[in-house]
Amino acid sequence: MDATKQEVTKIESDDTSSSVEIKVLLFARARELTGVPDLILKVPSGSTTQKCMDELVVKFPSLEEVRSCVVLALNEEYTTDSAIVKHRDELAIIPPISGG
Amino acid sequence: MEANGGDSSEIVRELEALKLRKSEIEHRISTLEAKLQETTAAVEPCDAVSNGYSSPSSPAIEHGLEHGLSPDQIYRYSRQLLLPSFGVEAQSSLLKSSVLVIGAGGLGSPALLYLAACGVGRLGIIDHDVVELNNMHRQIIHTEAFIGHPKVKSAAAACRSVNSTIKIDEHVEALRTSNALEILSQYDIIVDATDNPPSRYMISDCCVLLGKPLVSGAALGMEGQLTVYNHNGGPCYRCLFPTPPPTTACQRCSDSGVLGVVPGVIGCLQALETIKLASMVGEPLSERMLLFDALSARVRVVKIRGRSAQCVVCGDNSSFKKQQFKNFDYEDFTQFPLTAGPLNLLPTESRISSKEFKEILQKKERHVLLDVRPSHHYKIVSLPDSLNIPLANLEARINELTSAVKEKEDGHVNTGSFTNPSLYVVCRRGNDSQIAVQYLRESGFDSAKDIIGGLEAWATDVNPSFPTY
Ligand SMILES: [Zn+2]
Repeated sequence: MDATKQEVTKIESDDTSSSVEIKVLLFARARELTGVPDLILKVPSGSTTQKCMDELVVKFPSLEEVRSCVVLALNEEYTTDSAIVKHRDELAIIPPISGG
Repeated sequence: MEANGGDSSEIVRELEALKLRKSEIEHRISTLEAKLQETTAAVEPCDAVSNGYSSPSSPAIEHGLEHGLSPDQIYRYSRQLLLPSFGVEAQSSLLKSSVLVIGAGGLGSPALLYLAACGVGRLGIIDHDVVELNNMHRQIIHTEAFIGHPKVKSAAAACRSVNSTIKIDEHVEALRTSNALEILSQYDIIVDATDNPPSRYMISDCCVLLGKPLVSGAALGMEGQLTVYNHNGGPCYRCLFPTPPPTTACQRCSDSGVLGVVPGVIGCLQALETIKLASMVGEPLSERMLLFDALSARVRVVKIRGRSAQCVVCGDNSSFKKQQFKNFDYEDFTQFPLTAGPLNLLPTESRISSKEFKEILQKKERHVLLDVRPSHHYKIVSLPDSLNIPLANLEARINELTSAVKEKEDGHVNTGSFTNPSLYVVCRRGNDSQIAVQYLRESGFDSAKDIIGGLEAWATDVNPSFPTY
């Protein structure tokens, strides 16, 4: 479907000298709070997933609400707060949903 | 008019009674038919008996069929038996298994139908709700005839009409810490098809204590999630989500919707994962989570963490035992009350009833009516002459309210009256409106009052033809 336009918001941090760009996938409440299903996040190279979350919360303060209760996946694999993100990585932020 | 009203309520009552009797009779018929099938199968003369050993209770053995399937079962499940990766072994495991589906709603509907159809030996259904008209768009197991009747009765009747040869247990009750251990212990596999956080934590904890695999599905809006927990050393729900998600202060006023087919998809996948576990076929969705995104038509499967050694329930040093479970307050833990008690944030002088508001309208008293529901709710139905500013945007859009109040004020300058117009706030059920009034009073709108019980109270107490949703 051509009409489905991917809304990609670009977020850049101040330091662009040695930075990496990752794609952030937002699910459920995280998508509701930011209003986008995904976005490109620019972070200094060597940043951890935790640092990426910090950056996101700076840009979208309302994300703080779900921060303590999300599953993170890096390139569809399980990840921890201290994992280093690489250029073009895909970080999924998955809050639980409980409806049925 | 009065007499007519009386007549029609009489008819409705009789109809309800007849429908209930009809479903009971249908149930009885299918039970008897199943019984008859069993007896005739057992007494049927059979050439295949060769070893002299026969038991009237297991007809399959008379046919010399080691897998234990009767001729009827072979015919009924033939398409599954013909499947090389499934076959008779998987089918007979399935027939020997027992599954409990918790919740006969959007997820439970398709899950139950498929589990009944495919031949799970014993299927338990637990739910305390009754079927309502606004369930029908997604809870496809129920039919209109069962509106007002327990979902468990309705679901059981539907399952029996699909497959009268399996055993179906009806639990018409809410699952609680007091009955969960006893009920779940009777089944091999547990399917979480509930719709709220406290139930999800309770069911997961109970499965850990009993060592049962948990097929957990969830759906909201346009998204669904699916995982198998507590299977073969895999994580439990708490390993993934040790801290419950924060609930916004007024969950009930901003209930989000769901497109019916979304829980339908997840419920079907729950049935599939359950069948795989019961028949020991394939690779269960353990330590993985399936994410379904209906809008973009995307399904993603992500790897999730394994069991956490620090998990308070399934971890290495867990002291969480059956006694702790029985005493655990899941509603408090998740800050999610299951009994939808209304908030009570305001003193009585800051509130009016819907009937009082009707009098205000009749007296044409000068006022501003603020509706704080989300705008897509407002589009469904609203009271005339109301101003819609959703609670979430109230702070940012407060100037709109200020000018609306000013307008009403100015209109009366000529008459020499300078009193402020009254400000009334309404929402769907009367919780968000109280939060709004609290905020407005702190922001200088001293006359703000909420309409108790919101539009639902208006529909109940003032105008029964006002649409509810
Ligand atoms: Zn755990």
